[in-house]
Amino acid sequence: MQVRTEPRIVRYVLITIALVFFGLFLVLPLVCVFQNALSKGWVVYFDALRHPDALAAMKMTMITALIVVPCNLIFGVAAAWAVSKFDFKGKNLLLSFIDLPLSVSPVIAGLIFILLFGAQGVLGPWLIAHNIRIVFAWPGIILATIFVTVPMVARELIPIMKSQGTEEEEAALTLGASGWKTFWMVSIPNIRWGILYGVILCNARAMGEFGAVSVVSGHIRGLTNTMPLHVEILYNEYQSAAAFAVASILAMLAIVTLIAKSIVEANIRQGQK
Amino acid sequence: MSIEVRNIHKKFGEFQALVDLSLKIETGELLALLGPSGCGKTTLLRIVAGLDFADQGQVFFGDQDAQNQKASERGVGFVFQHYALFRHMTVFDNIAFGMNVQPKKVRPSREEIRKKVMELLKLVQLEWLANRYPWQLSGGQRQRIALARALAVRPRVLLLDEPFGSLDAQVRKELRLWLRRFHDESHITTLFVTHDQEEALEVADRIVVMNQGRIEQMGTPEDVYHNPVNAFVLNFLGNVNFFHCRLVEGKAIIGDTVLDVPGLSVDKPHPAKLYVRPNQFKLSRYAGKGTALKATVEYVNPAGTVVKVNLKTETGELIHAEISQEEYKHLKIVKTEQVFVSLKDVTYSEHLKNNP
Repeated sequence: MQVRTEPRIVRYVLITIALVFFGLFLVLPLVCVFQNALSKGWVVYFDALRHPDALAAMKMTMITALIVVPCNLIFGVAAAWAVSKFDFKGKNLLLSFIDLPLSVSPVIAGLIFILLFGAQGVLGPWLIAHNIRIVFAWPGIILATIFVTVPMVARELIPIMKSQGTEEEEAALTLGASGWKTFWMVSIPNIRWGILYGVILCNARAMGEFGAVSVVSGHIRGLTNTMPLHVEILYNEYQSAAAFAVASILAMLAIVTLIAKSIVEANIRQGQK
Repeated sequence: MSIEVRNIHKKFGEFQALVDLSLKIETGELLALLGPSGCGKTTLLRIVAGLDFADQGQVFFGDQDAQNQKASERGVGFVFQHYALFRHMTVFDNIAFGMNVQPKKVRPSREEIRKKVMELLKLVQLEWLANRYPWQLSGGQRQRIALARALAVRPRVLLLDEPFGSLDAQVRKELRLWLRRFHDESHITTLFVTHDQEEALEVADRIVVMNQGRIEQMGTPEDVYHNPVNAFVLNFLGNVNFFHCRLVEGKAIIGDTVLDVPGLSVDKPHPAKLYVRPNQFKLSRYAGKGTALKATVEYVNPAGTVVKVNLKTETGELIHAEISQEEYKHLKIVKTEQVFVSLKDVTYSEHLKNNP
């Protein structure tokens, strides 16, 4: 039996507010993206996606995600492992550092790398002397993206690992398992859904990041453009159909992410029973 | 395999968990570490298992110093209070884990592992649960699986940390009888930690009573129960009443009353605290030969193997007594009636320096 404490009118008002808000701010924009993308027909839509600059931007975005996600996966698992299973000095400092990118504007994150690696930056002269390009090239994009996505995996895992404690690992040790085997056979399987969840979020952020990447990329078409940057360039050049066509790809990525996220969330809840 | 710990010291920050503790557990013995929470008993068990390390002191398995042996090399079966079953594995895989992680050269074949797991499931009487996951089992079932898992690696010693602590009373009783029977058949050296005196008294060959990181007393259950060496052990092992009194040869003076205390010899009169177990009181309707304390019955509960009687003396002291059902039938006491209380025996008397 369902227990109802609120009068019917209150429930309907609340539901209506939520639905209207959801429709206005989430569904409508999404519909607009696809409508604008197809406003000049399928031919223009596919041409925009097949344009060499668009393909280069997609490739850049893919490469970024392919490097950033594994880096953050390893860092995230290691950091979460350290923070949740061990006590050490500076633990709170590490936790604050993990959260730092969430409280710093992405533009500032990008600027940090310019100040470090740019021509006028701290390491700039040395890099120029050795002919290494970081800012306005792909390494800068990757560094900036790693910076903004650092918390994504670790923050997912820390609460899960904390609540699980260390008893299962200890049990595995007394049963003769080495530390390595304990890690792969007990610790990792216990957090597998948390890892997947973190990776999905991390990937979405890595592919969608605009601010930090915009500062360090230099917007060189066909070379250092990612998809979000490409959308902006096209839009500024009044090619709105093409801009929305590329944007629609990002929107689809978002939808896929949402679906994957809810499936994984359901599995995490199942696993915690 | 015997276990010996020598002069163990352990500190957690400022907290002194174990103080110069030495103890030997003989081969084939079932020994209970009994004490209140925070007394260091679990820490000692974890040090034996290699899950924690002493600041000073040594651990021996037989003649072998375990100093450089990791937890995974000590050959101990460890059972946790909260089971610590691998949540993502079936019951079968949980039990097989210890064999599956062995190096390829010594690992039994799949068929051998399967046979061994089924054998252990039969031992704990849960064959039908092989394909379930831990979250599908009850607490008692989980703990039996945890025991089977610990036994699968043929441990040299079995270490149990409050194994029945999170189970309800009925299951707890069943499991500790099972453990006793299992030990009688397997004779595996077993060290088990508990804060439940009843559990320790019922199951163990020998009890070590601990308090604040030290051993207070060691002995058979009978020994520690009947001949406690100090007030702490006495208080910890069962209910007890105490009286401030003055002791003279064979007698205790409580207030204005002089009570006979059988079997008590005193060199010279001194003030004391007298400890009396609930079953060491004699109640009667009439003042007998000796003198007795006058008391009013405040509460009678005949539901049980013994009859519990709460009394209040004239001076306002409360007495918790237990009498047999026969005595109760004979006395027929009810609430608010007056009775005379004398002593059949005392458990322990503590010499006090000053007059109470």
